[in-house]
Amino acid sequence: MSELRDLYQEVILDHNKNPRNFGFLNPHTHSADGHNPLCGDQIQVQLDVSSTGIIEAIRFTGAGCAISTASASIMTESLQGLSVAEAQDLLSQFQLLVTDSSQSPDPQLGKLAVLAGVRDYPMRIKCATLPWHTFQAALMGEIEASTE
Amino acid sequence: MSAIANNAVRKIRDDFPILSKPMNGHRLAFLDSAASAQKPQVVIDAERECYESYYANIHRGVYALSQRSTQAYEAVRGVVKRFINAADEREIVFVRGATEAINLVAQSFVRPTLGPGDEVLITGMEHHANIVPWQMITEATGAKLVVVPVNDDGTLDVDAYRERLNSRTRFVSFVHVSNTLGTVNPAEEMIALAKERSIPVMLDGAQSAPHMPVDIQALGADFYCFSGHKTYGPSGVGVLWGRLELLEAMPPYQGGGDMIRTVSFEKTEYAEPPQRFEAGTPNIAGVIGMGAGLEYLENVGMAEVAAHEQTLLSYATAQLEALPELSIVGTAPHKTGVISFVMENAHPHDIGTILDMDGVAVRTGHHCTQPLMERFGVPATARASFGVYTEQEDIDALVSSLKRVRKMFA
Repeated sequence: MSELRDLYQEVILDHNKNPRNFGFLNPHTHSADGHNPLCGDQIQVQLDVSSTGIIEAIRFTGAGCAISTASASIMTESLQGLSVAEAQDLLSQFQLLVTDSSQSPDPQLGKLAVLAGVRDYPMRIKCATLPWHTFQAALMGEIEASTE
Repeated sequence: MSAIANNAVRKIRDDFPILSKPMNGHRLAFLDSAASAQKPQVVIDAERECYESYYANIHRGVYALSQRSTQAYEAVRGVVKRFINAADEREIVFVRGATEAINLVAQSFVRPTLGPGDEVLITGMEHHANIVPWQMITEATGAKLVVVPVNDDGTLDVDAYRERLNSRTRFVSFVHVSNTLGTVNPAEEMIALAKERSIPVMLDGAQSAPHMPVDIQALGADFYCFSGHKTYGPSGVGVLWGRLELLEAMPPYQGGGDMIRTVSFEKTEYAEPPQRFEAGTPNIAGVIGMGAGLEYLENVGMAEVAAHEQTLLSYATAQLEALPELSIVGTAPHKTGVISFVMENAHPHDIGTILDMDGVAVRTGHHCTQPLMERFGVPATARASFGVYTEQEDIDALVSSLKRVRKMFA
């Protein structure tokens, strides 16, 4: 198993302590609630998607562990300004990042790569993916996302 | 260490092979016995001995192996009878665990007595296993599930309990010791209050049987249950104890082989208890292993086990209270060795992962008590819980690792 500092990197601790884009987004075009019944983590994601399909703004609220909070915070930074198609692509890249240790992180992931450490902690992967599941549920017009 | 001298504890730890295995490069500090206890060598040996030397299906064969298996299996009823001071071996039903025991009582004993407007009384500190079975039968019958509130310190509001017992109360089921808070409920007093109104009572003993002497006749309950895996035995086995006259009047919970007297397509006659409630081939070696676990506890002495855990509880409580930004959830004056806590800047799951890297195993989450988490306004807690093998060194490892957590999330 890797060193703990690979999981709790400074960037993660910083985003946990000072989450970016934290708060309710109004008005918004999409929103969803995410829930991890295993640990009780709750997250709400709101998006404002323009008529041309660009994510103009994205914010989140909720309460969770450092991994899910940092993941949500970095996610909002990474998705802002992307087209829906680009965002879907990034989502797939992120899924690979946190589950597939055979590959080195795609450069496109940027800061998201700090979350690669959860690969070595199977019980914690869902913490990192919950914000992304919730984002996807919001895009798809679903009201709720769950890690179950 | 007053009750069990330090060198004696050292010997107890040596009885558990897993505790000598390093965890993430550290000495293993296993502090999750409330979820499931580790197994002493005698339990592992008892189960292996059964499979290696005398295993066969029970109750049916006329050959020697089957007779030996049957004897070993049935002998465990005697062990359980002694362990909880039951009046009769026939009152001991082997089940899969405390969860199945509660479902059995709910379906076979309580459900037929319920109608619209009737009430089943439980408490706000129940494990989901002592909530959901009652919801299932009250919803199905139009009855009502009534809940006794929990005080801020984690004790039960006994006055509210007294007020909620009424002429519509058909059954009371409550936890002897809270798995999340460690609170020991005043079971004898609560059972007596229900008995004044002739209301039958089930006591969930999943967290009392492993940690304190239990005299089921003195407690006065009608049903009691516990899980073998928490009393240092294998998982997948447990005990339902019920008063013989009640068990005799109850219909079976499941139908199948080994629970009948005669079967024809027109009519089946059921066997007497406990066989009536043990349909199908049971966990034979598991029951035998559970017996070995209970005998192990008897040899240590349940009074000594309780005293040892009290010493650790006082020590650990003082150590944890001294940590800034840490609050203990559940501060009842009468507790077992269970400490749930939260930290200001660190989520329980982060605490759990960091402690694990230091070889310290604690439970994190809602501990199957979501309504209780809501009562205390926390989504989850971290929980350290003790067992017969827990040492002061385990607590010290916990405290030192928690200091690391604090530093990291400062």
